[in-house]
Amino acid sequence: MADSNTEIKTLGESLQQQGVSRRGFLKYCTATASMMALPPAMVPAIAEALEKARRPSVIWLSFQECTGCTESLTRAHAPTIENLIFNHISLDYHHTLQAAAGEGAEAAREAAMHENFGKYLVVVDGSIPLKDPGFSTIAGISNLDMLKETVAGAAAVIAVGSCAAFGGLPHANPNPTGAVSVSEIIKDKPVVNVSGCPPIPTVISGVLAHFLTFGGLPELDDLGRPKVFYGQSIHDRCYRRPFYDKGLFAETFDDEGARKGWCLYRMGCKGPMTYNACATTKWNQGTSWPVESGHGCLGCSEPDFWDGGGFYNAISIPDGDIARNIGLGAVAGVAVGAAAGMLNRNARAEAVSRHETVTVDDLEKTS
Amino acid sequence: MSKATLERGLNALREEIDAPVAAFFSSCVNCGLCAEACLFYTETGDPRYTPINKLEPLRRIWEQEFTLWGRVKKALGLAQPVTDELLQEWEPLVYDACSLCGRCSMVCPVGNDIAYMIRKEREGFVASGNAPEGMKGASTRAIKIGSPMGVKFPAVQAQVRHIEADTGLKIPVDVEGADYLALLSSMEIMNFPEYIEALARIFKQAGVSWTLCSEAFEATNAGIQIGSSDIAAELVERVVKGAEKLKVKYVISPECGHAYTAIRWEGPNLIGRRYPFKVVHILELLDELRAAGKLKTKGMEEARLTFHDPCQIVRKGGVLEPPRNLLNQVAANFVEMSDHREMNWCCGGGGGVSANERADELRLKVFARKKSQLDELNVDKLVTACANCRLMLEDGLEEYRVELPVVGLTEMLAEHLVEDNE
Amino acid sequence: MSSPIDFLLWVKGPAFDIALAVFVIGVVVRLLEIVLLGRKQDLAEPKGGEFGPGLRTVMTRTLPETGSFKRSPFTVIGGYIWHIGFLICLLFFVPHIELLHSVLGIKWPGLSNHIVDAVAVVTMVTLVAMLIDRITHSVKRFLSGPEDYLVWLAAFLPIVTGYLAYHRVLAPYPLVLGIHILSIEFLMVLFPFTKLMHTFTFPLARWYNGAMAGRRGVQS
Repeated sequence: MADSNTEIKTLGESLQQQGVSRRGFLKYCTATASMMALPPAMVPAIAEALEKARRPSVIWLSFQECTGCTESLTRAHAPTIENLIFNHISLDYHHTLQAAAGEGAEAAREAAMHENFGKYLVVVDGSIPLKDPGFSTIAGISNLDMLKETVAGAAAVIAVGSCAAFGGLPHANPNPTGAVSVSEIIKDKPVVNVSGCPPIPTVISGVLAHFLTFGGLPELDDLGRPKVFYGQSIHDRCYRRPFYDKGLFAETFDDEGARKGWCLYRMGCKGPMTYNACATTKWNQGTSWPVESGHGCLGCSEPDFWDGGGFYNAISIPDGDIARNIGLGAVAGVAVGAAAGMLNRNARAEAVSRHETVTVDDLEKTS
Repeated sequence: MSKATLERGLNALREEIDAPVAAFFSSCVNCGLCAEACLFYTETGDPRYTPINKLEPLRRIWEQEFTLWGRVKKALGLAQPVTDELLQEWEPLVYDACSLCGRCSMVCPVGNDIAYMIRKEREGFVASGNAPEGMKGASTRAIKIGSPMGVKFPAVQAQVRHIEADTGLKIPVDVEGADYLALLSSMEIMNFPEYIEALARIFKQAGVSWTLCSEAFEATNAGIQIGSSDIAAELVERVVKGAEKLKVKYVISPECGHAYTAIRWEGPNLIGRRYPFKVVHILELLDELRAAGKLKTKGMEEARLTFHDPCQIVRKGGVLEPPRNLLNQVAANFVEMSDHREMNWCCGGGGGVSANERADELRLKVFARKKSQLDELNVDKLVTACANCRLMLEDGLEEYRVELPVVGLTEMLAEHLVEDNE
Repeated sequence: MSSPIDFLLWVKGPAFDIALAVFVIGVVVRLLEIVLLGRKQDLAEPKGGEFGPGLRTVMTRTLPETGSFKRSPFTVIGGYIWHIGFLICLLFFVPHIELLHSVLGIKWPGLSNHIVDAVAVVTMVTLVAMLIDRITHSVKRFLSGPEDYLVWLAAFLPIVTGYLAYHRVLAPYPLVLGIHILSIEFLMVLFPFTKLMHTFTFPLARWYNGAMAGRRGVQS
């Protein structure tokens, strides 16, 4: 990670110093614009904004997380422009990446907040435990307190990863820590949910680029996710869709269908109900994505995907133990039915015992 | 002695609920196909005559007292009760517009035996006093006099004497140890005595040992028609006693539809015990004789003729082939109706309808169904094997001004009989 | 947080368990309520058997009687299309086969989605036509009450919502899929309390009919 050299003032200067050519930089801006569904005319604006971007502009808070989001987005072993941007703009405070620790680190954070009050972005990964603050603290400060404190002067909050966006893995049944998402706590600031477990690197940098360029957040869906990346389902963009339509499915890993690249619906793919950019943008600079590698989509950008019925159960399979429930129901039914049957027999037997003989002398109504 | 009260009727309905009834009501999806099989609907277009609709009172009893959910609904006040008003309103549907012909039971897609249930439902109607006057009268005469038409044995004896004079044959009466006890229907005795003569001649030729019974000559069972098992049982008991007394091996059910149903199928269940004798329909016996070569006939009917299948004998009784076998022996030009055998259409007079004056207009109107069957064929003669059908057919043909002779099958066979001295 | 995903998970989870319980318990109770009533022993000498004719009637009643068919072809044909259509959609659409496999442990080949889609359209159109017929035909209108129309709705909704879900007409997908599964749960809950029970009782009814007729020597 680049050391905090205060002589580098802007992102443009920083990139230049790192050896990124003007051409390479503009290429990046063009790609970003295209990915964000912005017209080519916006490219110069993006370039200008990014060039001038100052630091510090981002404070990164890590709570109940696995660091997968940071790993995905930084890719320390293979530097990318995204990587460089992060280096530039998130130098001020990043739990995992910063060199400083202890009170010194906290002082740096508070200084950054004070200096840029009202203008900085807060990026959060990991969920926040509510049951007992002791479950996750940093320098003795609970996640909840740190979040509220830091967000007080933020321009916006980006909840990176499904944990910060929806509660993620800690939130899964039975949620022992009382984990919640950022948006359950922060109600008075704009929150962008960049969900995914982890999210795609270009998605986060695209959101940041948007913010740095336009000073605002991109259009969000009902779950607070940028529509440009989360507006389409995996199913609607999946290259294996023709196989789904034709009814050609892999049944198990490495069977004939799997080797032919058929649809993975029967192996639990949650593509139809998952909204993310994996099918188009893919991972590792477009190398591949889960379905292409032969594994069904887990639905990791959706809330509660851990409790969504099992990664290897098709979407159409209900969650409960159906066979057992049918068995129990049948037993209960037999018990109640036997009782009902006895009631019926008794009712009839009583009627038989109350039988009043009909004769030709009493065929007429008397009253 | 009990009285005809609503409670007695409701109780009777309760007694009739069994697994088939419950299965049938559970399965009905209101498709209305039963209406298309019922001549009372097809010839009037009145949806109230839809067979399953006739069962509403029984259905309510089943639902409200024999299903958990129905009981809950009743407790919550959400059920419509079976009242005397309801029974009164339904009475004409159940008695005037239904002959228990059973055609509906043959077509229901889910398999409901609607006629079975109508027979059961009538128990509740008669017990509560909701039955047609004509049928009440028939039952009363049957019990008190011995026949629904009020025929007593002396009338039978009078016919017997005529026949003996005409044929020179002796008609056995009260012969103990005879093989066959021949029952008769009042209709035959009064309107179609040629049946008795035919029996005498055929049995003589075939060497059948038979007898009439002075204490039990009446085959028809008005109790079945009005729907009272109590009355029906008493009537059957008379026959059984007579047969037991004469120690016969067989009892012959005559050309009368409901008589066969009564003695062959309902009888043992009405009296609660099996018979020490067997029951045969006259056509079954004649067919046996034919198969054994004992029914010698000569010549053929040249007239183009067809057969009206009496519902209770063919569809409900299982006597499907004998009439055809017998007809083929003496008819050169026998053509079947388009809906024939177990799918033939009712004449409209069965099930007590012909004893119910209130239903006269309706039964004549719906005879149009039978007429259209005949119109398709253009026959010169109509053969049947039930005296009640015969009368209804004659009434109907007259109503529609159709000149067509109706003849009984036994009688027709006798006409072609090779007598002893030939 | 209440999101479409939460709705879907609730529908696939606790709601399904409840609906299934009501369905299974209800159906078993209804069946026992019927068969435990039993039949009185028939003392009349039989002319034929019960078992063979009974079984035969269970099968042959599936075919229409010629006369009734001619008099009411729409009822018969509509009935066939609706039943066969819905069975094809239920049993031969691959996601459904997965569901049934998870319960029964057996799988069978499915039809291509395009075929099931077409069958669904035909079935829906037929159902609407049958509703109109039920309202306009004198006998059916006379016989029909609130239950008949409610059951029609319960039969129609799964197909139309399934069609909408398959075509991803409503967004997001978890919402429309949840509505589809909810419509099935509605059908399941309604089952034991309505004429839908004919699904399980018709073999009994046909059997009793055939057996009683067979005993008298007639094949009904």
